[in-house]
Amino acid sequence: MTEAFAAVVSIAFHGLALAMVLYLISVGLSVTMGLMGFINLAHGVFAMAGGYAMTTLMGRAGVPFPLALAAAVAVAVVISLILERLLYRRLYGGDELDQVLLTMGLVFMSVAIANYIWGPVSQPMLLPPLLSGHLDLGFREFPTYRSFLIVAGAILVTALWLGLERTKFGAQIRAAVDNLRMAQSVGINTSRLFTLSFALGSGLAALGGGLGADIIPIDPNYALANLVYFLIVVSVGGLGSIRGPFVASLLLGTADTAFKYLVPELGAFFIYALTMAVLLWRPRGLFGLVR
Amino acid sequence: MKSVAEAGTPEAMRAAFGRRHRLRLWEALPWLVAIAAYFIFDAYLALGAQILATILFALSVDLVLGYAGIITLGHAAFFGAGAYTAGILAANGWGEPLTGLVAAALVAAVLGTASGAIILRTTGLTLLMQTLVVATMLLEAANKATRLTGGADGLQGMDVWSIFGVFRFDLFGRTAYLYCLVVLFLCWLMTRRIVHSPFGLALNGIRENVGRMHAIGSPVGRRRLMIYTISAALAGISGALIAQTAQFVGLSSLGLQRSGEVLIMLIIGGVGQLYGAFIGVPLYMIAQDRFSAIDPVYWYFWIGLFMVLLVVFARGGVLGTIARLRRRG
Repeated sequence: MTEAFAAVVSIAFHGLALAMVLYLISVGLSVTMGLMGFINLAHGVFAMAGGYAMTTLMGRAGVPFPLALAAAVAVAVVISLILERLLYRRLYGGDELDQVLLTMGLVFMSVAIANYIWGPVSQPMLLPPLLSGHLDLGFREFPTYRSFLIVAGAILVTALWLGLERTKFGAQIRAAVDNLRMAQSVGINTSRLFTLSFALGSGLAALGGGLGADIIPIDPNYALANLVYFLIVVSVGGLGSIRGPFVASLLLGTADTAFKYLVPELGAFFIYALTMAVLLWRPRGLFGLVR
Repeated sequence: MKSVAEAGTPEAMRAAFGRRHRLRLWEALPWLVAIAAYFIFDAYLALGAQILATILFALSVDLVLGYAGIITLGHAAFFGAGAYTAGILAANGWGEPLTGLVAAALVAAVLGTASGAIILRTTGLTLLMQTLVVATMLLEAANKATRLTGGADGLQGMDVWSIFGVFRFDLFGRTAYLYCLVVLFLCWLMTRRIVHSPFGLALNGIRENVGRMHAIGSPVGRRRLMIYTISAALAGISGALIAQTAQFVGLSSLGLQRSGEVLIMLIIGGVGQLYGAFIGVPLYMIAQDRFSAIDPVYWYFWIGLFMVLLVVFARGGVLGTIARLRRRG
């Protein structure tokens, strides 16, 4: 009995940590696809950029953890602003297949660039002493870093939700997701809104990639190998939704951890079967807008 | 004025539709190039056979994507199913290639009908995800069924017999090349008939305006399922061709990369025009072969850059650009 309880606690704990990382990375994708109708298969590139910036700054330059994290976000935001202005902007409202070609091209380039600079092996995450080791919560011990991840993730998610609910910028995003034309006609500068929300989503992805470098290893194939997981979160959560991806991340994170723990042989198979079942039950995702 | 009036009469419209599917002179071009390539590039026939089989794969994707508007990231499911069917038959004592192709087509078609009946009720991103998930589930299953598929090591020990008991598969790929060419030609003839038939026109209607097709009473669901099945069978044949000519099947034949790459090749050529596959596939695969011979790492950078530039400067792929230039000129 206690053994089963320990397993449940362990799965919930690790699942929650994975869910936080998945949500931080994917929420921007949900906004990009919901708001601009843009099939952005290159979203993982920003998470990877954040992960590489973070691990390199900490591992090679000895930059402290919070500074490295801030720098990782800044790097991803700058890259995303450049790409949005130069390339993405041309294809808003355009052909979906061109968007697929463009973003897959960016993914291919990111694979080659990462391989060229960092080589094929995955980057180690050097945790600061304060966050390494284990945390004793009385009834059992938990890895400190993952505990920190869960707390930090919860704070970020709360801040994001409050920001989108309470600020004018958040209201504008919600208005534009609900009805783009109406938002334009009441005078919202949607072009600027696109750019800003794209940068915000990329920054969050970098945060997820950097914080989660310990869970989702940073290697050149990052954007391609994890694409399916990000897409599952977005499609199960519901396009354009902010909360949907959170529920989907929780589901995917715990299910993935549980299946890999309980039935390692067929773990991934069950994840895909579950995704298929949810999408058949709710084709627009759990929290998708009805249009 | 008179010509406009004439153009509207039923006879004129019927004649116009009749002309649509008449064979044009330039349509012989890909086949002449393929035959010429057999004599000129006789050192590269193995690559040539792969290209011809992949053209068939891209053609099958064009049928669902370009004509029925079904966006898929999981067509490797059918390609891989066909490859494994032909491979498992050949590895277990039945190496006759033509029946292997038929078996592959049947298995892929059954899989297409079964999965299509479930997933084709969705559209857009959800459908894209469903196709992806079907292929990935199949990949996981093949990975676990080690005794049948060889798992991660791939299927070994295929013994493919001679075609008609006469033409042996030689080391230089001569037989393989001609075999793939003939199969591709026959499948292309069939595909061409399909897209110009009333059924094909109905598919165009579904792609352009589903609501209106429902309104005029067209059985949209059944037609989508039908073309999905046909396309799956063609993809299965393509997979079987590659399995038989390479005498090996690996897990990558079911992978996301395979589905993604064929989509990219098709978009590069041009979607929905039947000939995009004939341009995009050779372009991509020859570039891949040349670049990866020079440097396997940079190759991805250059093809990625090429794709980005294509979107910026030549939207709609090679065929789309040609059409635009012709309209302008």
